[in-house]
Amino acid sequence: MRPNVVVVGASAGGLRALEKVLGSLPPGFDVPIVAVQHRSRESELFATVIQGRIALPVREAEDKEALAAPGVYLAPPDYHLLLEPGGGLALSTDEPVSFSRPSIDVLFESAADTYGPGVLAVLLTGANHDGARGLTRIRAAGGVAIVQDPATAESPEMPAAAITRGAVDHVLSLGDIAGELVRRSVS
Amino acid sequence: MMSSRSGIHGRFDVAASAEAEGSAASAHATSRAMTREGGPLSAESRATPLEAGRATRAEPAVPAFAGVSPLERLEMELLLEAIHRHYGYDFRQYAPSSLRRRLKRRLEGEGLATFSALQDRVLHEPAAMEALLRDMSVNVTGMFRDPTFFRSLREKVVPMLRTYPSVRIWHAGCASGEEVYAMAILLEEEGLYERSRLYATDMNAEALEHARTGIFPIARMREYTTNYLQAGGTRSFSEYYTASYGAALFHARLRENVLFAQHNLATDTSFSEFNVILCRNVLIYFDRDLKERTLRLFGDSLSPLGFLCLGRRESLRFTKVEQEFEELDPKERIYRRAGPPRPHREVELEGHLDRELAPSSRPTRTRGTG
Ligand SMILES: C[S@@+](CC[C@H](N)C(=O)[O-])C[C@H]1O[C@@H](n2cnc3c(N)ncnc32)[C@H](O)[C@@H]1O
Repeated sequence: MRPNVVVVGASAGGLRALEKVLGSLPPGFDVPIVAVQHRSRESELFATVIQGRIALPVREAEDKEALAAPGVYLAPPDYHLLLEPGGGLALSTDEPVSFSRPSIDVLFESAADTYGPGVLAVLLTGANHDGARGLTRIRAAGGVAIVQDPATAESPEMPAAAITRGAVDHVLSLGDIAGELVRRSVS
Repeated sequence: MMSSRSGIHGRFDVAASAEAEGSAASAHATSRAMTREGGPLSAESRATPLEAGRATRAEPAVPAFAGVSPLERLEMELLLEAIHRHYGYDFRQYAPSSLRRRLKRRLEGEGLATFSALQDRVLHEPAAMEALLRDMSVNVTGMFRDPTFFRSLREKVVPMLRTYPSVRIWHAGCASGEEVYAMAILLEEEGLYERSRLYATDMNAEALEHARTGIFPIARMREYTTNYLQAGGTRSFSEYYTASYGAALFHARLRENVLFAQHNLATDTSFSEFNVILCRNVLIYFDRDLKERTLRLFGDSLSPLGFLCLGRRESLRFTKVEQEFEELDPKERIYRRAGPPRPHREVELEGHLDRELAPSSRPTRTRGTG
């Protein structure tokens, strides 16, 4: 099925990976994209930096904002980002999960619950294990999980952990991910 | 303790006294209004503005929680209904995804498999309800959290407060009180503390208990000191507390003009009028409808030209009250009530809190009473 939403998780090395994947999508890519990139509390410039490098509109998510495409919604530093029934976004200051806030698992799990089979998830480079649990939930609810080939990742641990857990539909090189997203989002 | 609806530990007496004064009818009207959109978690009440314009309004493209089985959705609704009916805590209009996440965590914590099993336990074991409440009320907070916000308060709000004979401030959702102590320090340094009254409320009685002690972990003082200085602090932060046995005990003077009381934004009414209302990082836990209701409650509790302060990522955008406020500092989410004063209200809820505080120093009201 055509996805309702694309969710993306990235950690160490994420800026370059995100730039590559999002930058290769057509500017009119009409499925909303929601992304968590681990970063420090102070890094408020991240959205601006990414926006400078890609054509899709990028913004930091506001609480209770409605999703619209084309668009990339980034989790703000120090808040979890969740998808809500009804097509909106929600922020939360719940405790960090595995030392991370925003947490990729929190976004992915809310995506699985909210959209079930309508989720297309991408897990990119990172030096921890965030996202693996969330991908398992997404697949159990009928969604699709794409993981960056660890061999092409700046930090291989995060995608490798998801693969070890068996939480994957496709393992793709960084350069092939955008193509798969486009292929899956034309109805 | 928490054994029946009427036995909830000390609900905000102000609300009780307001009812005694004859506003019971309006309290009822509010609770009716809250359920007008159909049952809890109804997909319709969650329609976004985007969807509202579409033909599919009654039947959104994606049903609520498409990835959760219908049975589990039902069990979750029943659990919330049971908690509301038995204990009076109303979580039915909380933002559903983070609500669900926290309830799931409680399931794991109790070692249970279904929300029905959790419902059974919570109804029969008050201790399980207390644990759930603790999980439901996220008390993550700190002193001078978002220093630039406090700096903006100093630079943009304080000068106007200076022109008032007395200043009344409401911290709604104050958690364990760090934000309130920070505010007291700021007012003290600006020479306003003497004539200020701070009302600090939360639904969580345990958190308020903690707040009253004024004892906070010494391990966080470094962070708070940095924040304090960035927020424009003019003294040495360590002047405000005494360190002993790994704890920082804040000086009693900082809570002399503070009243901590239990108040639930989802179910209680307006109880007084304020010059400043701070409600930071609380509305993110509510769904759109409950956020609207709460903002109306703040509107009813704010004096003309009063200030409303929200959390760093919260805003009045897309809400019905947006037009009634102007943005004083958009980045720091400080709003000021704009335009003509609101229509005269029938019943003015007199502050029981005032009596409890300092009978002699009760501030003169800025508007006529009913
Ligand atoms: C994340 S804390 C915010 C603390 C502080 N204002 C800050 O920004 O640091 C959220 C608080 O909201 C309280 N809360 C949640 N629902 C509430 C309700 N319905 N009425 C009153 N307080 C509520 C919780 O108990 C918790 O203490």
